[in-house]
Amino acid sequence: MTRMGWSVLVGIAVIAAGIGLASLRVNPYVYFAGYVILQYVVIATAWNILGGYAGYVNFGTPAFFALGAYAAVFLIRSIKAPLPVLIVAGGLVAALLGLGIGYLTLRLRGTFFSIATLALSVVLQTMIINWEYVGGSRGISVLRPSGPPFGSYVTFLFTVMVALAVVAVLAARFIERSWIGRGLAALRDNEEAAECMGVPTLRLKLFATTVSGFFLGVAGAPFPYYVTFVEPNSAFALDYAVNALAMPMIGGTTSWVGPVVGAVLLGTASQVATVTISSELNLLIVGVVLVAFVVLAPEGLVGLVRRLRGR
Amino acid sequence: MANPLLEVDGVVKRFGGFTALNRVTLHVKAGERFGLIGPNGSGKTTLINCVAGSLRADEGRIVFDGTDVTGLPPHRRTRLGIARSFQIPKPFTSMSVLDNLGIPLEYAGHARSEGGGAEAREILKEIGLDAKAHLRPAGLTQIEMRKLELARAMAARPKLLISDEAMAGLSSAEVDDILAILFRLNAQGITIIMIEHIMRAVMRFSQRVVVLDAGERIAEGTPDEIVRNPAVEKAYLGE
Repeated sequence: MTRMGWSVLVGIAVIAAGIGLASLRVNPYVYFAGYVILQYVVIATAWNILGGYAGYVNFGTPAFFALGAYAAVFLIRSIKAPLPVLIVAGGLVAALLGLGIGYLTLRLRGTFFSIATLALSVVLQTMIINWEYVGGSRGISVLRPSGPPFGSYVTFLFTVMVALAVVAVLAARFIERSWIGRGLAALRDNEEAAECMGVPTLRLKLFATTVSGFFLGVAGAPFPYYVTFVEPNSAFALDYAVNALAMPMIGGTTSWVGPVVGAVLLGTASQVATVTISSELNLLIVGVVLVAFVVLAPEGLVGLVRRLRGR
Repeated sequence: MANPLLEVDGVVKRFGGFTALNRVTLHVKAGERFGLIGPNGSGKTTLINCVAGSLRADEGRIVFDGTDVTGLPPHRRTRLGIARSFQIPKPFTSMSVLDNLGIPLEYAGHARSEGGGAEAREILKEIGLDAKAHLRPAGLTQIEMRKLELARAMAARPKLLISDEAMAGLSSAEVDDILAILFRLNAQGITIIMIEHIMRAVMRFSQRVVVLDAGERIAEGTPDEIVRNPAVEKAYLGE
């Protein structure tokens, strides 16, 4: 069996395990917290396709996530579209935005690109605040469909997020190991040299921004059904921008494993902190851990393990 | 001699109000060893940036191997057969020396297999870097870094190799080392444009030399003719 075949098999096994866990109907909080952690696996993995592989740091994660969420709100309100449609539509709209910022990379690199993505998030939030149909600044309530599998809608969303995380991680892993991933690594190291060595840098960057945007939107699409009340401040939360960057940095940006490890560790830590200490402390913890890693292990946990193994 | 491999016709490049290249014309024949010299700031690197595609010429035309490449992005030109080394080495720092060669092999050298390991090793052996294949570029010495630049350009399987000051800052023995490599590559049929400040090297290497000064072509000829040309002497030494 091919390497690709094996990883798809492992992915299917993970989804099966998720469904198994859902049908056990343990403490509902497990699914509630698990959803958030898995959502961060998708976000961190998606961010890393652009930020880690191509080296373009995106501070505008909330824009893509919220775009996915609001695309879903719009479709729920207008045509009561089913969840799979919401996910695909949310992903596609965010992918289009990704393609747009891809063209920004023609003129903006490094910090300037990052600032532009941050500005994008602010602009988009302002537009949503002034769009009454999707709730404007007051927000909007969303009714969950009745009769979900596994008894509760959150448990059902948990299994959906397991599947989305598996798809996102498989996609990232495939990109990383293909000629696309090698080309992205070359342009991350030196864009001019990559271009002069035959790498179509613009096309690869557009690919990375589009795919990254797609999965960020996908992560946001089930959000309205998860929270049942969507308002701009929670959809555009700073947490997404910070975590999307911190999780891959902590795990390691050069491999698909990094964002997964970072999201699971940091996601779990902040869930535990929310329950035991306070929800306000979350970002503080993320900040401190991030600074520690940037100073002590700039290549993240993956890099640290490799170094300890002497590779 | 057949048609020229590279034709640069009346190329103009301006940066704001400053004219870096003023209607520069030159033809390089297939298989030729071509030297491009000139004082600092004379436009040599600007010219080869226009040829390789990192800069777009404001006016004029660049034809390579019968194809008008004036409007093509650099990666397309590389695939047609123009490869360059950089004056300040720009290696892919996160990859091993071997993987550095894998990029042009895969993207321009038409070897769509994973990195083309055997081919990359062959090139490294030819250049004399095979012992360092698994090192990161950060672990290389100055001359090894220059050799990596040349090896990586070679991995693009070029018809024309542009060597941008591959010898600057090297010792006399190291200069000979690089020269020997370039002579060998030329013997294999690769046309080479050498941009160099080390006159001993460029005069020994080139069959024909063009001199740029302040963005203008001021002289062309064999190395002997160039050395005796009063305009060249004036450009380098002043009145």
